[in-house]
Amino acid sequence: MNQKTALQRGLSQRVVEGISREKGEPRWMLELRLRSLELFQRLPKPNFGPDLSEIDLSDLAYYVRSVEPVKSWDELPEEIKRTFDELGLPEAEREALAGLGAQVDSEVVYRSILEEVRAQGVIFLPMEEALKKHPELVRQYFMRAIPPEDNLFSALHGAVWSGGTFVWVPEGVEVKIPLQGYFRMQTAGAGQFEHTIVVAEPGSSVHYIEGCSAPRYTKAVLHSGMVEVFAKQGAHVRFTTIQNWSRNVYNLNNKRAIAEAEAKVDWVSGSLGSKVTMLYPTTILAGPGAKTENLGFAFARDGQHLDLGARAIHLAPETSSRLVSRSVVQGDAKAVFRGKVHVAPQAKGARGHVECSTLLLSPEAKTETIPTLNAETDQVELAHEATVGRISQESLFYLMSRGLSQQEAMSLIVNGFVSPILKEIPLEYSLELKRLLEMSFQGALG
Amino acid sequence: MKALEAENLHVSVAGRLILKGVDLALEKGKVHALMGPNGSGKSTLAFALAGHPEYPIHQGRILLSGEEITHLPPDQRAKRGLFLAFQYPPEVEGVRLRELMRLACGDQGQGFCDFMERYPQAVRRLHMEDLAERELNVGFSGGEKKRSELLQAWLLRPKVALLDEPDSGVDVDGVRVIADTIRELADSGTAVLVITHYPRVLEYVPPARVFVLEEGRISQEGGPELARAIEKKGFKVVKG
Repeated sequence: MNQKTALQRGLSQRVVEGISREKGEPRWMLELRLRSLELFQRLPKPNFGPDLSEIDLSDLAYYVRSVEPVKSWDELPEEIKRTFDELGLPEAEREALAGLGAQVDSEVVYRSILEEVRAQGVIFLPMEEALKKHPELVRQYFMRAIPPEDNLFSALHGAVWSGGTFVWVPEGVEVKIPLQGYFRMQTAGAGQFEHTIVVAEPGSSVHYIEGCSAPRYTKAVLHSGMVEVFAKQGAHVRFTTIQNWSRNVYNLNNKRAIAEAEAKVDWVSGSLGSKVTMLYPTTILAGPGAKTENLGFAFARDGQHLDLGARAIHLAPETSSRLVSRSVVQGDAKAVFRGKVHVAPQAKGARGHVECSTLLLSPEAKTETIPTLNAETDQVELAHEATVGRISQESLFYLMSRGLSQQEAMSLIVNGFVSPILKEIPLEYSLELKRLLEMSFQGALG
Repeated sequence: MKALEAENLHVSVAGRLILKGVDLALEKGKVHALMGPNGSGKSTLAFALAGHPEYPIHQGRILLSGEEITHLPPDQRAKRGLFLAFQYPPEVEGVRLRELMRLACGDQGQGFCDFMERYPQAVRRLHMEDLAERELNVGFSGGEKKRSELLQAWLLRPKVALLDEPDSGVDVDGVRVIADTIRELADSGTAVLVITHYPRVLEYVPPARVFVLEEGRISQEGGPELARAIEKKGFKVVKG
């Protein structure tokens, strides 16, 4: 147990082939990896957003298997087990989840699924296992929503992806309680590149929740996951991410959904951790009547740069999108929101709404809102609202005059500000988020 | 011992001296009125007593049940039993009236079960059934805001309640509800100060004591007859 497999640091064809060999992959996957590597070597860096120069791609460990997969929590190495206990994963598994997968570094180490959910025909497997058991099904979807050539980090991801989850929900099946993936970056200097696919067949529904964390190391590391969601006709997929990476993590993700006719895709994102995040969950509204809601909540503290956004691409008539973001910025942190709605000529009757509000808690806090609303047809309704404010001294005095301490009053105001998003987050998480918000005010006043 | 005493209070706002030596004493279980023309410093006095940081006290002192609170922060004053009903309470998005009151009552040591019982009572008392679960003052009409302030006073059972224009923008039925609540507060032992430039609400709750504030000082002090005289003749005549 606890035998480590780590390939040499840095990125090369040998490393990529090594990952593929380690996993015993089919030929097409190795080809996809090599094509991605080749693209990565020639695609440009993003021409917007945060400074990424601190990440040393040549010194990163791209594949680390630090923990062997187990069947029960008790078989995990003590340190990992303790971490998962503290995060409340075994408890959540017992009480609130239909299935749980937990990944440490590059590999999924634990997975379970409720028997009744499995009996409904739901597939919930680590990506590698799904690739072995259902190769054709995986091949049909893998990097089909986000191809490697999309951007620099989708190319990198295609070359070195490891771990993640494959979820497939059969036609008409409603998974009533959420499935969860938990991602832990444990080893210093190692990157994480998990790949998650959710396929909801016609008329089905599923809620997938992701949580992430890492111990703090001094050296910058890279997390570059990918999520692809395929919501077929009339299906409903909700994808919730609560990100609390430690402050040395560069969190550069790609998340994209394709919603077919009358399907609904909801993204709910809570961004708390990381040093730098670039995250723009996107829904392609491909079929008539498809809908998306994209709700983001960010809490940026000292030294953090959270470059967030949401995108809706309307390709069909009568589609609708609602992109809502609430950010709280403290210390010298920076929070950016890029809200993009694009309406293609054929998408007549499309409706798009972008709303972004930011609360600045300090004079040094920085924020930027960058809306892009494009319509290639006249028959659309697009609206955009943005507000930036500070905590109102009148509100603060009012609450204090009721006997609340300054800290209580501030955290009540901040919680109130983010409440439109918090109420969309499952209770266990929203309570945790409230607690994190309250904690962060301790010693932050003066 | 007086419930609240202000002695020789000097208070400035944005660098300008507004209160120039105010003396005031409130008694337990009694209703008092603070009257005076617009701009005479009534709200300034209310904010200074409640500890608003933008209304600094340069001279004088405030005693709450004999304890000096002149330089305590607002939450410490509230915890000791001072309440201010705002003339213009701010809208606080995402914070529910119930949530605030649960926290505030809890901070004062009122038990959770007690609160669960009393909150619906207070809501009925002030005819606020439609507003009980709403966000604090968000979209409330003028009259609804006033009732919400009185509801908070009723729940918090303060030793001293300063009510800044509790009836402005309130219809006749509303004034009656507010007046009844004021009387109930006083009957339960609260020292009430009704701050108003227009004595309508005082017809329903005659004050035991009336103070007139003009140009930053108490210019007149008297019994209920003073309020009636002001209503008939206005401040200037009384002064003369």
